[in-house]
Amino acid sequence: MKCRVCREPAVLDIRRHNAAFCRDHFLKHCGQQVRRAIKDHDMIGAGDRVVVAVSGGKDSLALWDLLLGLGYAPDGLHLGLGIGEYSDASGHAARAFAHERGLKLHEVDLADDFGYDIPSAAAATHRAPCGACGLSKRHLFNAVAVEHGYDVVATGHNLDDEAAVLLGNVLRWETGFLGRQHPVLPASSGFARKVKPLYRLGERETAAYCLLRGIDYQVEECPMAEGNRHLGYKEVLNALEDRSPGAKAAFVFGFVDRAHDHFTDDAGAEREGLQACLVCGSPTTSDVCAFCRLQERVGSRAGQSR
Amino acid sequence: MVLRNPRREVEMPGPLTVSALLERLDVNPESVLVIQGDTLVTRDARLSDSDVVEIRPVTSGGAA
Repeated sequence: MKCRVCREPAVLDIRRHNAAFCRDHFLKHCGQQVRRAIKDHDMIGAGDRVVVAVSGGKDSLALWDLLLGLGYAPDGLHLGLGIGEYSDASGHAARAFAHERGLKLHEVDLADDFGYDIPSAAAATHRAPCGACGLSKRHLFNAVAVEHGYDVVATGHNLDDEAAVLLGNVLRWETGFLGRQHPVLPASSGFARKVKPLYRLGERETAAYCLLRGIDYQVEECPMAEGNRHLGYKEVLNALEDRSPGAKAAFVFGFVDRAHDHFTDDAGAEREGLQACLVCGSPTTSDVCAFCRLQERVGSRAGQSR
Repeated sequence: MVLRNPRREVEMPGPLTVSALLERLDVNPESVLVIQGDTLVTRDARLSDSDVVEIRPVTSGGAA
């Protein structure tokens, strides 16, 4: 295959674009997609302070690198999840990326700072570990951003992530979640703006970006995510994409452009009546926020087992 | 040939294209990168007996 732009040998084909690219034009394509996402949705304004949620995987490191390449100056935030060697290697990748480029990386460790890790939270709640992991990330990314005065939290959610979450939300008609699923969640009282600049790039593209840029990322999959519902949705969507290239992009971009606004009232209703958590002060609809309830529950279980 | 997650090595007779290789292994091309030596290759690339190929999954499972 030849590069669509220069006709040199291609390194990656992207069937939904009916195109293949050489290294340099593929990297340029990635930058263009991110620039377009930021511009279309006013993700980052002049003077905004940005922090990137950095797991050490391909998406977050590609995002950090792409934002730097576009002239932004984001800091990073890494959350230590306590999932054995997987977390150790992920943290190492995030630290190495920051160190090699002289970037600022905030680090929060669930075990050291909050007294629990994801395996113990899953055991205490008798729920899938991804639930406790997602809750911890959402809470702490926002809390750290607010504490340090960042205007924007950028996450590495890519097109495949958004398609899988959208499929799950549609299958259950989670209208509140559909109203909040958007490339930008505006800032509001107690919440920094949340943006997803990679939502126009698939995960083959973010992985290829890291490989071609020489970014050493955590290649192994999280051992606790194995067999989860999200991966099942991705498998279904990839089967569909293989038969009908462009299906995932049409699904996500069509939702963002033509359907999302139908659900914003449902999401807005959930944000009404927010108050400060009695324990940590974060916005919540209950007296005590879900994160503090999780922390309390894991702590109680640990106390009982001693 | 090295397949990751879980990591394993398999022998596959060549020559064959990347597309044919993935089909034989029942791997969806949407879910992987194919790396020949240290070079990323497209699905029409031809592989020979002596090539060392990594098939690297790109699918992440988190939904935060």
